[in-house]
Amino acid sequence: MLKLIARRLMVAIPTVFIIIVLSFLIIKMAPGGPFDAEAEIDPEILANLERAYYLDRPIWEQFWRYFTNLLQGDFGQSFVFRDRSVADIIIQGFPVSAQIGLWAIFIGAFGGIALGIIAALRKNSLVDYGVMTVAMTGIAVPTFVTAPTMALVFGLYLGLLPISGWGGGALANMILPIAALALPKIGVIARITRGGMLEVLRANYVRTARSKGLRESIVIWRHTLRAGLTPVVSYLGPAIAGVMTGSVVIEQIFGLPGIGRSFVEGAVNRDYPVVMGITILYATLIIIMNLIVDLSYRLLDPRVEMSK
Amino acid sequence: MTVAGIDNDKAAVDAKPGAGGDSRSPARRAFDRFMRNKSAVAGLIIIALMTVTSIFVPILSPKDIQTVSWEYVLSPPSFETGYWFGTDVNGRDLFVRTFYAGRISLAIGLLATAIAFMIGVIYGSISGYFGGALDSFMMRVCDVLYALPTLFFIIILVTVLGAKNIFIVFMCIGAVEWLTMARIVRGQTLSVKQKEYVEAAKAIGLPTSKILARYIVPNVTSAVIVYVTLLIPVNILIESYLSFLGLGVQEPLTSWGLLISQGSVEMENAPWLLFFPALFLTVTLFAFNFIGDGLRDALDPKDR
Repeated sequence: MLKLIARRLMVAIPTVFIIIVLSFLIIKMAPGGPFDAEAEIDPEILANLERAYYLDRPIWEQFWRYFTNLLQGDFGQSFVFRDRSVADIIIQGFPVSAQIGLWAIFIGAFGGIALGIIAALRKNSLVDYGVMTVAMTGIAVPTFVTAPTMALVFGLYLGLLPISGWGGGALANMILPIAALALPKIGVIARITRGGMLEVLRANYVRTARSKGLRESIVIWRHTLRAGLTPVVSYLGPAIAGVMTGSVVIEQIFGLPGIGRSFVEGAVNRDYPVVMGITILYATLIIIMNLIVDLSYRLLDPRVEMSK
Repeated sequence: MTVAGIDNDKAAVDAKPGAGGDSRSPARRAFDRFMRNKSAVAGLIIIALMTVTSIFVPILSPKDIQTVSWEYVLSPPSFETGYWFGTDVNGRDLFVRTFYAGRISLAIGLLATAIAFMIGVIYGSISGYFGGALDSFMMRVCDVLYALPTLFFIIILVTVLGAKNIFIVFMCIGAVEWLTMARIVRGQTLSVKQKEYVEAAKAIGLPTSKILARYIVPNVTSAVIVYVTLLIPVNILIESYLSFLGLGVQEPLTSWGLLISQGSVEMENAPWLLFFPALFLTVTLFAFNFIGDGLRDALDPKDR
């Protein structure tokens, strides 16, 4: 197991490095710099600015400077908010995004698995069709439709919940964003769970277990769940990534001070260091998540070759 | 023989009871299976209608998408005023705008998917056909790109290239969404290149480019049909995300995402501005997903 983790890390670390190089290059290729303001800047001032941010140096030197700073946890200064470092922006925004995202994944996984199992056990019944219709709706209706709609209904018409802002992390402020993020996850996970369970319920060993006269609850809990849920586990890696990108939109709609919103603002303002810092953070997180999912997948299903 | 027997049984159960030997070709059988799937056929009809109306409604309607009328600012949907879907903050007719937006959204979805399809097929078939070090290198590249969250990658590309036109928007989406396609095609190529006809083509000395174009590509594309169908709604959705965030389609053009974004600003006073574009977008996404599911079931009749 340790060997496997080590080998995976040997792949993951170069991947992160390549992503750093890639996003650095893409952003350097961009036409228009951060100082192309509406007003003409004096060439001398511009030169000074560029010197201050090392923009006059050769590109490999800029990259090396950026990379070595990165290793020390220094993501650079924001070009737009001169008094804030990218690390500051991330430290302030990340807890917001992480809280929303983790809750959404948690609710999405449990809600989806529960609905999927119910649907699979009552295959082709009204309950099954009902659950699958709800799941399909959760998948097909985009979050930027569900989120404003929920804000409209629960916030404005019923007046139950605040429609925007963070409120210092008050529960009431988190309910709508989490619900909007979790909804599509519930749908996808319910569908995957149903498919996985149906496949396993047909397996020979489940038939054997039933014909031995085991109680249905034991057949389900002990014999089918573990194998039936492996597809869900392998989906959770990409799902976490999905929640992260979904949060970009959600944070925008609900006016939450997370890093998703900083990312979009950075992209609009060509604030390269902010955009790069957040991209690298997300990519690293996704790689780590996939690693964890991959390992737990192998634990759940011993048939998956451990050495590969 | 037993295998064929089982197959026949399945087909017979699948088709009419007591049909006995099924003389239909596999393609015909798949087509029949698809046509019996009610939701898939409904999806197909909806997409056909959506396409036709979004092409012709803006042409035939007496109102223009930019015509501003100050007497009818934010007027609710009504038959009497002639504004069936109501008007926006500038008094522009939402009915025409919604169909016009459909044009852009559908076009971007299709074009982005076409680009992803082309890159994926070319990349995947080259990687699979040549194998060896080139294959592992190309797949390594895919793995790295997979680690980047799609929407982030697209947003970076769109910003860097300065998204002021829809051309850049769909190029960027297509340029990012080909990874899974390439993997499917590569896997298929690995098995197709073992076939006798490919060997025969090699034996008569056909150049590799021709073998790829004539024998590999036509035989691997069928494997990605379902994925392509399911990628169209994903790309429509990505475009709307971008437009919603203000990074995609820009005024005076419009798309469903942009309309929804404008609608969600005004939802307090004018909920119809959010409702109609959202309805159209959602119905379209549903329809494409149903078609994709129907195709998958029709082409791969293992019951799920």
